[in-house]
Parts: sequence; C-alpha cells; structure tokens
Amino acid sequence: MKTFGGPILFLDRSDINTDEIIPAKYLTEITKEDLRPYILEDLKLSGFDPKGPRTENARVVVSRANFGCGSSREHAPWVFEVNGITAVIAESFARIFRQNMFNCGMAAIELSKADLDQIFSHSEDADAAMNIDIETRKLTVSGGGKTREFSFELSPFDKALVLAGGWVDYADLKY
Amino acid sequence: MGKTTAEKIFEAHLVEEPFPGTKVLRLDVVLCHEITTPIAIDDLIRRGKDRVYDSARIKAVIDHVTPSKDTKTATQAKILRDWARRHAIIDFFDIGANGVCHALFPEKGFIRPGYTVIMGDSHTCTHGAFGAFAAGIGTTDLEVGILKGVCAFRQPKTIRFNVTGALPTGVYAKDVILHIIGRIGVNGATDRVMEFHGDTIDAMTMESRMTLCNMAIEAGGTSGICQPDATTVEYLWPFIKDEFTSREAALADYSQWRADADADYDQIIEIDASALQPVVTFGYKPDQTKFVTEMPDSPLDQVYLGSCTNGRLEDLRIAAGILKGRKLAPNVRGILSPATPKIQQEAMREGLIDIFMEAGFCVTNPTCGACLGMSNGVLADGEVCASTTNRNFMGRMGKGGMVHLMSPATAAASAIEGRIADPRKYL
Ligand code: SF4
Repeated sequence: MKTFGGPILFLDRSDINTDEIIPAKYLTEITKEDLRPYILEDLKLSGFDPKGPRTENARVVVSRANFGCGSSREHAPWVFEVNGITAVIAESFARIFRQNMFNCGMAAIELSKADLDQIFSHSEDADAAMNIDIETRKLTVSGGGKTREFSFELSPFDKALVLAGGWVDYADLKY
Repeated sequence: MGKTTAEKIFEAHLVEEPFPGTKVLRLDVVLCHEITTPIAIDDLIRRGKDRVYDSARIKAVIDHVTPSKDTKTATQAKILRDWARRHAIIDFFDIGANGVCHALFPEKGFIRPGYTVIMGDSHTCTHGAFGAFAAGIGTTDLEVGILKGVCAFRQPKTIRFNVTGALPTGVYAKDVILHIIGRIGVNGATDRVMEFHGDTIDAMTMESRMTLCNMAIEAGGTSGICQPDATTVEYLWPFIKDEFTSREAALADYSQWRADADADYDQIIEIDASALQPVVTFGYKPDQTKFVTEMPDSPLDQVYLGSCTNGRLEDLRIAAGILKGRKLAPNVRGILSPATPKIQQEAMREGLIDIFMEAGFCVTNPTCGACLGMSNGVLADGEVCASTTNRNFMGRMGKGGMVHLMSPATAAASAIEGRIADPRKYL
C-alpha cells in the first residue's frame, strides 16, 4: 500500500482537465518516470507555479469540482505519483480519472464544498499539510497553528484497490 | 420496473458484484491504440503476464500519430506492432490500413448492439451509437481488459434525452450534442449514461449517431447510447448477413437491447431540435457554447476538418457541398484529415478531395493528428482554429492555441470567410 498525506498543493478551480495535468505532447513517453518534469505544466492559475517549491513538496492535491475531466490518460495519476502525490481531494471527479487513481492504488477523495472551503482557508499557510487515514476514513488538515478533522467516504472496492496496491494483481488473482 | 439499455447490458455481462455497486463485466471487445496501450504492454511484461485473453476480441490500431513523427512515436508504434504480432491479433491496423480508432472499428463491423466495449481512450463512448455500452478507461483497466477480458464499473444511472423535431437546415448532430453539453455542463452527466431517444435521433444516420455519442464524455458521460433500430441493422448488414436469416430477424434480436418503456431514469431531458441553430464553442470548455449568430467577430488562422467526431464521409460531403467552387479566405490554412482510408478513397471517388484541394485545403492521411496537438496542424501560441473535433481545452491543439468546436458545415463556411461564419447562407 502507498503512503498518503503531507504538504498540500492547492488548485483553486473547477474542471481542471487532464491536458492541464499532463499535456498530450508528453504521451509519447514510455516510462512513468519520464513524465516527472511536466506536472501541471499547462495549468494557468493565479499564484500557481508548476516548477515552484509548493508543487515540488506536495504530497496531496486539493481542488474543486469535476477534477480530472477530459482524456482517459492514466498519465495524469502517474505524473502525480512520480512527483510523490498519492492523493487528490476534490468536490467531485471525472469518472475515468477517479477510477485510474484507485486502479493505481492511489486515492481520489470527495468532500463537500463546505469542507473544501475550510481546507482552502489554509491555502496561504506555508505549512499546510494533510494526514489521511484510509482505515478510519479521516483527514486531518493542519496549518497556521490550526487543525481540522474531516471524514470521507470510500467504497469497499476502492478501499480494496488501495490496500492491494492496484487492480492488475487483484484482478489476475480473481478472474 | 423496466430497464435501460445499459442496465440490460450490465445484467447480461455480469461476472460478479464483488462489492455492492461495483460490477465486474465480461467484455465483448477490447480496443487498443498506440498511445495508451504500450505502457500497459510494458507493465504486463514487467509483471510476467504478457498474455491476452482472446486475440480475436482484441482490436488494435496505430492512429494518433501516423506515420510516426519521431523516435518516440515510432517506438510506441513498434511496441504495439510487435505485441500484435506476438499474440496473433488478427484485427491490427497499421499504415496503409489505419485510421482514427472510433471511425475505423465501427466501419469494420466490430461493434454490435448489446456489446460491452472498452478502450484506453475517452471517446470510446462513440460506439454506444450501436446500442452498446462503450466506455473509455485508463491504462490499468485496459491492462486487465487485455489480460482477463473483464472490467469493473460502478453501475451508472441513465439520463434519457428525448430529442424531437426535424433538424433545421444547417443544423446537424454536432450542433445537437454541443447544445446538450452547453445545457447540462461539462459534468452534467458524470457517472451517467446518456441515452438518446426521439424522432430526431431515429432519423439520423449511424454516422450522425456516432457524432452525437462521441461527445458524451464532454458532459462527463460514461457512454452515449442510441437505440438499435433498422438503421443500425442496415449499417451492420454486410457483417451480420451470415448470422441472421433476414434483416427483420436481426432487428428482432437487437431490439432486446432497447430500453423498456417503463425504465427508471435519473433524469429525462427534452430537447426541441427544430429550435436549434448552428452551435459554436467560445471558450476553453466544451459547455461554453453559443449559436453562431451570437458569436462576436472571430478571425481564424486555421480550419481543421477531421477526427473521430466529424471525419466521416457524411461530414466530408457536407463540407465539400459548401466549399465547392469556393476558396479558403487568404488568412486561413485549411487541413482535412479523413478519418479512415476507406473514407478517403470514397471521398476521392466522389470528387470531394478535388473540391477540398481546389479550395486550398491540405489533405492529410487518416490520423488523429492535430486533434490532440501532436502532429499535422499544431497551432502556434495565440493562433485560433475552427475545428470539427471534440475538445477545445486550452492548449489542446498546441500550446497557447485556441479551438472553436463546430459542425463540418460551420467549419466550411468559416474557412471561406476566414472568421467564424454561419453555414446557412451557403446552403
Ligand atoms: S481524433 Fe482526437 S478525440 Fe478522436 S481519438 Fe483521435 S485524438 Fe482522440
């Protein structure tokens, strides 16, 4: 199983698509590792720098609605994975992106807008970080001297994929 | 309580429900292309599982960048080609026989009503035009599909669209789907199947139905689905004539997949097609749509005709009808990429290619090319393209470029005027 949690990268916009997460021109890379430098390269968002320290240190991405829409490219979760980001928290996800995350043993967690607003209140805190407990389905967000706790839903299947480290081994054993 | 088309297909293909709400389905076809499959192949090899569940049910094509443009794309093509040979994949389409996957595979008769279809490509929803459940998936799902012939889905709910009325002149399936996306938004159908009904759809050709279902994903939809009918049977007849004694028998069999009258829908949306006008996108999201008459003056640098949305013969005929005897405006470049070799050849026979070339278009071989900004017409920073493709995301056709989505007719009219134009004055 992967480890979850750490410094947060805030992406305060809805409908962030997979072309913004990893542009199509890099789909010719054959290994996941080769994708590393291109994370979020085409994302235009005020205050966001794809090459900045916040991106580099991040272990969790927090965003808004319909995250990961667009192409089916699993390169989107992979570019997060090779940059050390194993979880994305958002109000909602595009179906394929969400499934791809769990298929890779990563977590795509949905929270309400109200919960996200609270988490986004930490976006200026330099030390904003999150702890994610898959077992108890609890998130702890800390930053600027404050700590807040949230609980989240995770279907038994998604949890099984996270625990198994992904869908390939799980399916090959079973079917 | 009756069932929707997707519910019937799920029931008929269910392998098991390992957890409540998660359904593992048996797959009728697994489609592959050279962008998302090589990593799956590489991973299967590394796991010591370089196997395929059924070489007759796996279909593969090199289509996104073909002929290869550099060493990396040549390597991707080679990985797919070597794998197809190694596993004796009969239906593998390489240069000379290759075309855009979602146009090529239906043209070969691979998609049938009631099928389950997956591909590592978001526009797999196109194949729902045949009354199939067809969904785009990622590389890991593809890997498991190749290996075991199964895929897990959360059972999607279904939104029913009742599309009624005759399409006015200059309005096509593309305008209908752009209008629908504009109305429900880019995640208006997330985790939902979009089931299309109504006399407007009944009157559509299979090509138009494919255009319609192709863009279901732009509203977040898992699959677009049309109801199998006599039009579906007619399209498939050359491929199924040995399976059925008559067209009527085929229709009777395929009708089992039609939704029941008392099926339970998540939502029912009425669309009056007769009130539509040509639709164009104006922003970087497919739901940012306007009628062409509401568009501000929008000068263009390029016009692109092609893709899995609108690169079929019907589309080429419509565009050529407008371009005949006319020229591209001096400020625009025109590029036509017919979606498959058969379409290209037929367009040549019908004299359509001549019309495009005389108008000043560059005609490429069948490929995805500029649609995803990889080759054959990538935009420069700040350039604007009128396009018959399906995505207007920022940078989609090249970093800093902007794409306006529209029908082939609107694109052809825009090519003539060098700015976004209403096709109706040319019809
Ligand atoms: S034509 Fe465009 S949208 Fe269609 S499969 Fe190719 S890249 Fe994807």
